Amino acid sequence: MAAMATTALPARQGTLRRDLWWLEPALIFVLFTAFVLYSIYAGLANANYYHDPYLSPFYSPCISANCSHLTFGVPIVGEWWNLAPAIFIVGFPLSFRLTCYYYRKAYYRAFFWSPAACTVPDARATYGGETTVPFVWQNIHRYTWYAAVVITAILAYDAILAFRMPTASGGHAFGIGLGSVLMAVNVVLIALYTFSCHFCRYLVGGRHDRFFGRRVALRLFTLVSRMNTRHGFYALTSLVSVGLTELYIRLLAMGVLTDPRIVFGS
Amino acid sequence: MSAETPHEVTVRVWRGEDRATGRFEEHTVGADPGMVVLDVMFKVQAEQVPDLAVRWNCKAGKCGSCSAEINGDPKLMCMTRVSSLPANEPITVAPMAAFPLVRDLVTDVSFNYEKAKAIPNVRLSPRGPDGTRRMYQEEVERVQEFHKCIECFLCQNVCHVIRDHEENKQAFSGPRFFVRLAALEMHPLDTHDRLEMIRAKHGLGFCNITKCCTEVCPESIHITDNAIIQLKERVVTEYYDPLVWVKRRVFGEKESTR
Repeated sequence: MAAMATTALPARQGTLRRDLWWLEPALIFVLFTAFVLYSIYAGLANANYYHDPYLSPFYSPCISANCSHLTFGVPIVGEWWNLAPAIFIVGFPLSFRLTCYYYRKAYYRAFFWSPAACTVPDARATYGGETTVPFVWQNIHRYTWYAAVVITAILAYDAILAFRMPTASGGHAFGIGLGSVLMAVNVVLIALYTFSCHFCRYLVGGRHDRFFGRRVALRLFTLVSRMNTRHGFYALTSLVSVGLTELYIRLLAMGVLTDPRIVFGS
Repeated sequence: MSAETPHEVTVRVWRGEDRATGRFEEHTVGADPGMVVLDVMFKVQAEQVPDLAVRWNCKAGKCGSCSAEINGDPKLMCMTRVSSLPANEPITVAPMAAFPLVRDLVTDVSFNYEKAKAIPNVRLSPRGPDGTRRMYQEEVERVQEFHKCIECFLCQNVCHVIRDHEENKQAFSGPRFFVRLAALEMHPLDTHDRLEMIRAKHGLGFCNITKCCTEVCPESIHITDNAIIQLKERVVTEYYDPLVWVKRRVFGEKESTR
């Protein structure tokens, strides 16, 4: 039981952790990279994003004249636009997720290694956090949230239309397909993600010090605070669901898959 | 050895007064049921190295004295059961890395006391006509969470802003003090506006919300979600929101109605 000198390790030059601390950032890195690469492909493809009655969430709202399915019935951007309509839209949800407090944590760890995990040294020698450009722009998060609320409402409209199935006679009837279910689940997850946002929590009640006489603010603050504890979970599940929904609709439009559906009264 | 014989526990304890010349020493002592890491340190002191420096007080997770890094995780030694750690390898016990080493497991945490001095105390609003000040439970609940802090400084230790970048210690106060500032800033009766101080003097913008402070807090305070992010949003409204700026230019400064 005698004392025995072992390795001399200056505590600040490495980590003493021996668990799988690298696993979480590695998985996040793979997931986010796969999503970004797929988004670039799908967003620029300009084809196979609509399979009646399903519109890919990457292309919603579809607002240019070259759309396969116009969300508002009439084009907002004229025929001069001949690139993918998704280009108009992608910036809004992208900036919302990019400036989101959960995603910031996830990508600062997985991509910037700042730090990769707790007590693992930063990859860079100097650090200024979110005090300087470009990271000071994270402060626009609240404006991206307003846009995200509008997009969520439009996706909810798309999800409702996804139950309006075309019939053999050329009309429409209520029906349920796998695509309808995916779109509905997707919009629920996106709504949970959007309304559990830290800014939403601040907006509805967090900005107040006094709740006396602010019953609605207190109730909303309590509700959003509860949802906010799962914000990271909703962030990841909604990312996966939006990707899978887009992929499913794309495969339907390409003719690779057939949508199992029940149409009532057709 | 029979099955009833108590197992032994081996620890690798940091020894020395200097991080460059110090080293880990391995000690093996008999294990007792329900033993925590601080008990192991006591046994090592009692049986092998009486000069081992360990700071402790209450041994009940409330004084915040016995902070250390156990297998690389910032924890209280008195609240970490030996049985919760991998049994087949030595337990590594190191001093907190963010603070200057005094000796062995003891660090100089006076950085925190200096930062604490820079935070003005609560300034209460005037009494009401009936001579009292009233707060309501729902308003107080929010700041009560922040008052659970035991000042173990594990959050300060794990925060990479100062742990890995000594040069930031001047401009950044660390999570413990954002908890303190949030408790004051969200206090229903406090009248002092600390937002400029929070932004400029205490360096809230340095935090990139990687949440390690929340992960290590032994009092389970939601440091990032409930204190830091809410303060960040208040700072955004005050200094970075163009619409608020335009509104103030057009309608003039309005007295706070928070």
